Amino acid sequence: MSAVKILEGIYWVGAVDWNIRNFHGHTYTTSRGTTYNAYLIVDEKITLIDTVYGPFAQEMIENIRQIVPPEKIDYIVANHVEMDHSGALPEIMKLCPKAKVIGTSKCKEGLYRYYYGDWDFQVVKTGDKLKLGRRTLTFLEAPMLHWPDSMFTYIAEDALLLPNDAFGQHYASSERFDDEVDAPSLMEESAKYYGNILWPLSALVLRKIEEVQKMGIPIKIIAPSHGIIWRKDPMKIVNAYVSWAKNEVKPKIVIVYETMWGSTEKMAKKIAEGVADSGVSVKLFDVNQTDRTTVIKEMLDAKGYIIGSSTHDNDLLINIAGFLEFLKGLRPKNRIGCSFGSYGWAGGATGSIEGYLKKAGVEIAQQAIVARFAPDKDELKKCYEYGKSFADIVKKKG
Amino acid sequence: MDKYRCTVCDYVYDPEKGDPDNGIKPGTAFSDLPDGWVCPICNVAKDMFEKI
Repeated sequence: MSAVKILEGIYWVGAVDWNIRNFHGHTYTTSRGTTYNAYLIVDEKITLIDTVYGPFAQEMIENIRQIVPPEKIDYIVANHVEMDHSGALPEIMKLCPKAKVIGTSKCKEGLYRYYYGDWDFQVVKTGDKLKLGRRTLTFLEAPMLHWPDSMFTYIAEDALLLPNDAFGQHYASSERFDDEVDAPSLMEESAKYYGNILWPLSALVLRKIEEVQKMGIPIKIIAPSHGIIWRKDPMKIVNAYVSWAKNEVKPKIVIVYETMWGSTEKMAKKIAEGVADSGVSVKLFDVNQTDRTTVIKEMLDAKGYIIGSSTHDNDLLINIAGFLEFLKGLRPKNRIGCSFGSYGWAGGATGSIEGYLKKAGVEIAQQAIVARFAPDKDELKKCYEYGKSFADIVKKKG
Repeated sequence: MDKYRCTVCDYVYDPEKGDPDNGIKPGTAFSDLPDGWVCPICNVAKDMFEKI
């Protein structure tokens, strides 16, 4: 994709990664691909804000070359040390070896540990400014949003915020702006991004948004380092972040399970029926058939979680265990849960599920329901009632 | 009682508030936190904190 003018003198010079489906190793399924957004500011000083993932370095360099010779770059701002944004730094530094790299002290340390480059580095702190000519950059440290080195860059003259990973989405497209793409898909990818990456950092997200609001700086455009740029209504994504960070929930239940011979699945479906007949929205996922990234997105605004597993080796099955381990790390708040599953002789899965849920911070709202081998008619009726009673608690506590 | 800041993520441990989510009662001095206590935000150990 060619360079795109964002504002007078400011260009997107990143890369679109259409085919990536697994991101961060296998921690995130990028079903719509992603983009690595680098921005070029042409002023008296030529400045590059962030770079792209290493394999896309030449695409970024070609895009820069469409605007200015890369050799003329004076500053490279590294808002975040992670490789999807810094990977092309060694390549671009070969073309402009005298350029100054700018970032937080932790960014300096991290970039050194990644690339061992001998680069001129200027450490900046919150409130530090860098005059480029007509424009001045202002830096705002944003530790743990989402790494210790993270930083936002703000350009007052354009009311443009460059918050790196915050407000981003894994969304590959030939369009660059929110008013050019399908709005529901964009919000879905934003929610996936928040749920799978930022959720455990919600307290910091709220604090940082309050801090920026108190600064009273006008923001007309938010240009993140992944996906689409927010220019039509930047407050839409800020407000969504506030809601997710406050762990605001809907009367909605997500059922996630793993089954061996289908008994636990039969229970899951009956429970779902009970929930739905109580008038509460329900989503049902077999952990082996659905992408985890999507399930977590559904859990982000759900009040209730019902988790099921057959018992295997006296414990829960391995893939639902992995799923719950991931959920634990996301530290949801203000949620209730319960568990179910089939067993052959001693059982054990539901107790372990409750243990995982408690560790994740989910309150156990009703006792587990189990069935030996395959659930009979009465047991399936009980599963239906189980769904109904949990839905009633969700309605009451929602 | 002194407050301590996490040098990794800037979280501030305030003894007046404690860390109730992780079983630390209000009024617990930083020096009295158990050895296994970690930063509730970024998970690093006590030795990564500095007095402020």
